[in-house]
Amino acid sequence: MGRPPPPAVLRFLATRLSLVVPTFIGMTLLAFFLIRLVPGDPIETMAGERGIDAARHEALKKEYGLDRPVLVQYGIYVGRVLHGDLGKSMITQEPVVREFIALFPATIELAVCAILFALVLGIPAGMIAAVRRNTVFDHGVMGVSLTGYSMPIFWWGLLLILLFSVQLGLTPVSGRIEARYFVEPVTGFLTIDSLLSDEAGAFRSTLSHLILPTIVLGTNPLATIARMTRSAMLEVLGEDYIRTARAKGLPRWRVIALHAFRNALIPVVTVIGLQVGVLFTGAILTETIFSWPGVGKWMIEAINRRDYPVLQGGLLLLGVVVMMVNLLVDLAYGIINPRIRHAR
Amino acid sequence: MMPAATPSDAAAPDAPPGPWREFWGYFSANRGAVAGLAIVVAVLSLAAFANVLAPYPPELTNNAVFLKPPAWQEGGSWAYPLGTDAIGRDMLSRLIHGARLSLLIGIAVVALSIVVGIVLGLVAGYFRGVTEIAIMRLMDIILTLPSLLLAIVIVAILGPGLMNAMLAVAVVVLPHYVRITRASVIAEMSKDYVTAARAGGAGRIRLMVNEVLPNCAAPLIVQATLGVSTAILDAAALGFLGLGAQPPLPEWGTMLADAREFVLRAWWVVTFPGLMILVTVLAFNLLGDGLRDALDPKLKR
Repeated sequence: MGRPPPPAVLRFLATRLSLVVPTFIGMTLLAFFLIRLVPGDPIETMAGERGIDAARHEALKKEYGLDRPVLVQYGIYVGRVLHGDLGKSMITQEPVVREFIALFPATIELAVCAILFALVLGIPAGMIAAVRRNTVFDHGVMGVSLTGYSMPIFWWGLLLILLFSVQLGLTPVSGRIEARYFVEPVTGFLTIDSLLSDEAGAFRSTLSHLILPTIVLGTNPLATIARMTRSAMLEVLGEDYIRTARAKGLPRWRVIALHAFRNALIPVVTVIGLQVGVLFTGAILTETIFSWPGVGKWMIEAINRRDYPVLQGGLLLLGVVVMMVNLLVDLAYGIINPRIRHAR
Repeated sequence: MMPAATPSDAAAPDAPPGPWREFWGYFSANRGAVAGLAIVVAVLSLAAFANVLAPYPPELTNNAVFLKPPAWQEGGSWAYPLGTDAIGRDMLSRLIHGARLSLLIGIAVVALSIVVGIVLGLVAGYFRGVTEIAIMRLMDIILTLPSLLLAIVIVAILGPGLMNAMLAVAVVVLPHYVRITRASVIAEMSKDYVTAARAGGAGRIRLMVNEVLPNCAAPLIVQATLGVSTAILDAAALGFLGLGAQPPLPEWGTMLADAREFVLRAWWVVTFPGLMILVTVLAFNLLGDGLRDALDPKLKR
């Protein structure tokens, strides 16, 4: 670690970082112009059914800068975005960023649980399927993962509620915690906050509320990760150095666990990074089904209330989060993978 | 997926196998792909003969039979084999007519995105430079945004409905076709036959359409098949959120949205529409995977 990194890494970092700026500009363009496609006059939309008189209309137009050229408006918009100002919700009058920050931990908590669920089941399943290729287990894993991949998760959630909540009475139907517990929000993550609070049973309640949403949101990533791990393992198991290791007389499990798995992990890490977008997409549906108070449910409610600043801001914020995670994964990948590290 | 038979087993020993025979040899050896094809054909038939097969018109309500359970359950009757929904419509008829809508959605979305995708991909791959950068950056941005979120925002702005939902899904899946076309075009452009055609005086557009495009067909066919399943799934999700096909249209996702409040007392209104989505999407995925393996023997090692 003491010596300076080779220039290839720096060049890789620079290329990758330089892509962030145009992507961000593109996202702001998209968010800005999409909202302009809303049919009708924005002021009248904001005024709603009450209507508005002409003088007030002009005043508001000026206030929002709607009387200036579009490019100037876009410039003002970007300037505000860079200062962390994404406008106010038309319904609550709260800043969009503040609402997002208040709700985002619930979504992250759910997404982290879902990806852990997918990893804990998906990686071993994919590995064993690869090692026991063409056995019943392999076909079973592939069949189940293709089903999981094709699953309409909004239906899957309803089925699980039907089975576990309605028939068996094991899990709660909606929300993050039972209403009788009051947990002081410290981190926003209820799994942590409930442990910090002195409410007995709050943690248990939190966990039981997490189970079904975690399974529902984790199903698609689980299917992808199992498939990806299997094919990466199959590829690695065919490499020369694995044959060499086996020929040296190393035991089979050691070759698989130490040599093959470590190398198979590289493409798997990339796939995990790509799952972030999938998780947010799934979170919108999962949060709607389970009344989970996160950003997905917030955005769906914004649609029903025609709260355009929330839609615009939410799209941009989630887009930036996905972009940043992809960037981090790419950077980590470039640093871990020697083929990129030493590439010219 | 390992084929049980090699191409030489599948073809006649004396003649070299034709491309169709070779393709069928690979494809038919893959049981999952054949099953997928069979289900796709079945759903297509449901859609084509919906008027004949469905016992009732999909929107016909019967005040006497609200939430009637399926025939095999107590209280059910064979007049309504899969039961009725909350306003007395026959579930079976609605599911059959739903096949029509879902296939229409899948095919229309793929057709739209593939045409626009091919044009943008050809332009990006052929002209390179600033044009290419602009197109590919835009596609990267669309890919970066969570797909359903972008579709939701587009529909929210254009207004809910089947047409707008299809348009939104088509935008969201567009980058895949652009990327595939562009990559194939760039790979093909450097080959000798393109140089030869160019030297022979072929014009740019003719060169692209007649020479380069047919050689990008295989990956596009695979992506199109898999794209149908994505389109059906995403459009159903929009329908479920109340943004896609609007009631009383019997779109499976929209039916699920209607059924949500009855999850506690009528399992059949919740179970069957989702099952149809799952089976149809799964079938197209199996078919797409099978096509990929059969069309690209290089991948099989």
